[in-house]
Amino acid sequence: MSVTVRIPTQLRELSGGAAEVALVSGSLADVLAALDAAHPGFQGRLFGDDSELRRFVNVFVADEDIRFLDGLATEVADGTTVSIVPAVAGG
Amino acid sequence: MTHVQALRCRECGREYDVAPIFTCEWCFGPLEVAYDYDAIRASISREKIAAGPLSIWRYSDLLPVDRNPAVDLGAGFTPLVRADRLAAELGLGEVWIKNDTTNPTNSFKDRVTAVALSKALEFGFKVAACASTGNLANAVAAHAAHAGLRSFVFVPANLEQGKIVTTAVYGGNVVAIDGNYDDVNRLCAELSGTYPWAFVNVNIRTFYAEGSKTLAYETAEQLGWEAPDHVVVPVASGSLLTKIRKGFDELYKVGLLDDEPHVRVSGAQALGCSPVAAAWLGESDTIKPVKPATIAKSLAIGNPADGYFALDAVRNSTGGFAAVTDDEIVDAIRLLARTEGIFAETAGGVTVATLAKLAAQGVIRKDERVVVYITGHGLKTLDAVVGQVGPTTTISPTIDAFHAAFDPEDLLA
Repeated sequence: MSVTVRIPTQLRELSGGAAEVALVSGSLADVLAALDAAHPGFQGRLFGDDSELRRFVNVFVADEDIRFLDGLATEVADGTTVSIVPAVAGG
Repeated sequence: MTHVQALRCRECGREYDVAPIFTCEWCFGPLEVAYDYDAIRASISREKIAAGPLSIWRYSDLLPVDRNPAVDLGAGFTPLVRADRLAAELGLGEVWIKNDTTNPTNSFKDRVTAVALSKALEFGFKVAACASTGNLANAVAAHAAHAGLRSFVFVPANLEQGKIVTTAVYGGNVVAIDGNYDDVNRLCAELSGTYPWAFVNVNIRTFYAEGSKTLAYETAEQLGWEAPDHVVVPVASGSLLTKIRKGFDELYKVGLLDDEPHVRVSGAQALGCSPVAAAWLGESDTIKPVKPATIAKSLAIGNPADGYFALDAVRNSTGGFAAVTDDEIVDAIRLLARTEGIFAETAGGVTVATLAKLAAQGVIRKDERVVVYITGHGLKTLDAVVGQVGPTTTISPTIDAFHAAFDPEDLLA
């Protein structure tokens, strides 16, 4: 079993065009570190110089915004999907 | 003829060619249209605008569209109404209502949609789509029908019945999502990576958002080419407030205003969904997303993408913010209707209630010329006032019954 990370179009050049990447479970920080290890470049694009997620990067674990969960410490269990989505507006 | 130079990231400044893209590939910051203001200044004049159509397209020099107007139902050039009775009730001096309820589908979203779908046709899209809290759904469905485009409109399933009906009537696909607006938005952001559709507020958003600037242009023109001292603007994503401020600044930049504008910008949110107001009131630089719970559904965005820019605009302009309760919203809808004859939807109630609150706090002053943006029509959210208002008297169809209910001496007084 593993977790699935959905890659937005803007970052698919880093994943060789793949829309989804399978990784081992763990905390969200672990999963994103594994993503960068598998496909170097994600770290610099998702995180700012302060090592925090950039403010226009939204991450969802099982469809819930991680700011309503435990942020980067959120546990990502086997079979769960993580979505990386740019902030969008509307109304 | 467009004067667009490039698309530029608001966060890191990286530039991109004009394309249906909305975020910086590097940092995910939102892209903004960058113009050649010298060229606009040479091309534009008050006389040229006055000779233009009575719609947003009179300002086409300042819009990012090549062929004007490609998609046009007549959005814009809505009334600016002097509101002396409202001002007197609130102890204010000069107050104006920018009444955007009179647009083709009765909200300001016709402005942004007309620009977005005009641009979508230029890009060659065949399908129009959006994530919406209701007003945008109306506007996209109507403008897509007019332009002969297929449409997919995504809305939260708990939306007001009126807004569903006034979207579905145009015949496109209306997809009700079991979730709130932020859920709808996320789905659309992911779908936009899969289908080659013009999602007006996703991949076309950079252009779409520019349509809101016309609310500033019209206000200044209708005030005799002067900027107001203070504006009160409802905040959902934060884009409208940000763009209205930008609009006033641009008018000066291209020579249409004689004096540099110093417009104080204040933001209005419902207490049940007030992430930006909460950051302001808590003097925080971080906007924490919330789960919306308010009758002002058109403002119910818990994760506002342009919230940071709205917060900056209010701070830099020394404006204010308020978050108002559902009861205050309903009272304000009735206050505006009673004093000025304008029936606003719940978002307008939020805005008028914020005007009242900031006036009471002394943030909005009596010596200021204030413009209040009423962005949607009350018929869209009848539920908010059903039960609050109705017949004031019910009688038999006889003169006697009428006189039993009303003292004739009072009636002749």
